[in-house]
Amino acid sequence: MEGTALEKNIAVLNEKFEGEILHSAMLYDFPTITLKKDKIIEIIKYLKDHTDTKYHYLTTLCGIHYPELNQIAIMYQLHNMMSGERVRLKIYLPAENPQVPTLTSVHASANWMERETFDFFGVIFTGHPNLKRILNVEDMIVFPLRKEIPLEDQVRVDKNDTMFGR
Amino acid sequence: MEEVKQQFTDQAYQEEEKQYSYLNLGPTHPATHGIFQNVLKMDGEIIVDAEPTIGYIHRAFEKLAERRPFNQITPITDRMNYCSAPINNLGWHMTVEKLIGADIPKRVQYMRVIIMELARITDHLICNAVIGVDTGALTGFVYMFQQRELVYEIYEEICGARLTSNIGRIGGFERDFSPKAWEKIHRFLKEFPKVLKEFENLLERNRIFMDRTIGVGGITGERALEYSFSGPNLRAAGVDYDVRVARPYSSYEDFNFIIPVGTNGDVYDRFMVRQGEMWESLSIIEQAIKNMPDGPFHAKVPDFYLPPKEEVYNNMEALIYHFKIVMGETDVPKGEVYHCVEGGNGELGFYLISDGGRTPFRLHMRRPCFIYYQAYPEMIKGSMLSDAILTMSSMNVIAGELDA
Repeated sequence: MEGTALEKNIAVLNEKFEGEILHSAMLYDFPTITLKKDKIIEIIKYLKDHTDTKYHYLTTLCGIHYPELNQIAIMYQLHNMMSGERVRLKIYLPAENPQVPTLTSVHASANWMERETFDFFGVIFTGHPNLKRILNVEDMIVFPLRKEIPLEDQVRVDKNDTMFGR
Repeated sequence: MEEVKQQFTDQAYQEEEKQYSYLNLGPTHPATHGIFQNVLKMDGEIIVDAEPTIGYIHRAFEKLAERRPFNQITPITDRMNYCSAPINNLGWHMTVEKLIGADIPKRVQYMRVIIMELARITDHLICNAVIGVDTGALTGFVYMFQQRELVYEIYEEICGARLTSNIGRIGGFERDFSPKAWEKIHRFLKEFPKVLKEFENLLERNRIFMDRTIGVGGITGERALEYSFSGPNLRAAGVDYDVRVARPYSSYEDFNFIIPVGTNGDVYDRFMVRQGEMWESLSIIEQAIKNMPDGPFHAKVPDFYLPPKEEVYNNMEALIYHFKIVMGETDVPKGEVYHCVEGGNGELGFYLISDGGRTPFRLHMRRPCFIYYQAYPEMIKGSMLSDAILTMSSMNVIAGELDA
């Protein structure tokens, strides 16, 4: 049953976007499809309108930094409430100057989620109506959820982390 | 006469540029119930536009979580939606259990259901009582808060804490519910319906309350879905989506309950949906108590479940596990997992990526009010300032969850 959910999504995607899928897997109960980054917005819009999928609800969107790949992934989770099906789409962007078109034209809720992703990872969502920092202060110069940003001040001497901490 | 009036005013405005006034609502205004700022563009008392600013209590939870072992992340989740902290805790435990593939005993699941429904009641009663306050009825608020105290005493009996509960462990609970805890649960079940009924009588058909709330801060179902609303706010707009039914977790499929749904998505509907959910929660708790299965109060996951103290002192294996957990040396499987629960104000999701190390590689929390609060400017456009306050309190925006 779970396998067919993934296969169905792939079949629907292959109808129009042949060759866009880089990788697909069933991760726990969630079909996850990695796509090429160029047509992601068209694909999400296509999946929203297609009668077999109808992913009309954007559950969440977030960034993930992979320092060893030197890439930033953007994860979109879509949901069809009528059938209860969900899918996770992932795209990979280069860590230097990551850019992707905005999803706000398809899902209004992407507005703040994209602002949050910009705030923490520095991903530029081109065409976004109001792309500025949302949770951090505006004059911050780093993107704090990137792995190279340390959690604590590394020059602190009052705290010894040889036993505890990563 | 109206047309002439319109014609003259239009002419007058064409000649002179219209002047708007700007008003700072917040960040520390008592009526916003939290730290939010909204810069309102006002035409007299009518709101023309609003610009929300958030992040005043941002504490970098997602970054903090990347440095903490899994059991130490539970206290972080407390501080998101602090009105229903146990739901956050248990949602996080369930995420980790899904990742490690733990088999959770039925009794633990039922105990969790009781706690989560108690938490839902406290969450909704605060929100509804605050709607009452914002319309000018302080009596209901004080009355309902007494009942919240009773629930907090139950938490205290179960886990020792009250507001930021840190309840349970990965795999179950640190101890079974004590007789005292059961006594308090039964006391609450006996006392609360009377108070809830009285609260209902105070407000539900109250002319002033209805005039203030019906048709205020409304949103259509379509628009709510576009804005990814969830929880009572979405259901008030007429969409019957509830994670407890759509993707049952923790044995919710065993229970018989109704999802209250509204029609207009306005303040009154949101109030009524929450009111209905409190009754349903009471019914779920009663069902859980009636059908409570026997069995252990925790799963067999020694790598994550802290052993009891007497075991640690007398048993070598328990001591090793104790040491591993406390020092954060437990390895977890690699994986990527998303688990969502029905929080007090919507779908609360944890997206966890584990690279096999002792801490998450990445933890993203889907915080429902962060996502639906962005619709706030749209919802208050064209309404009065006093309605904007009411809209905000009826949306159940919790600053801790909003800002993570």
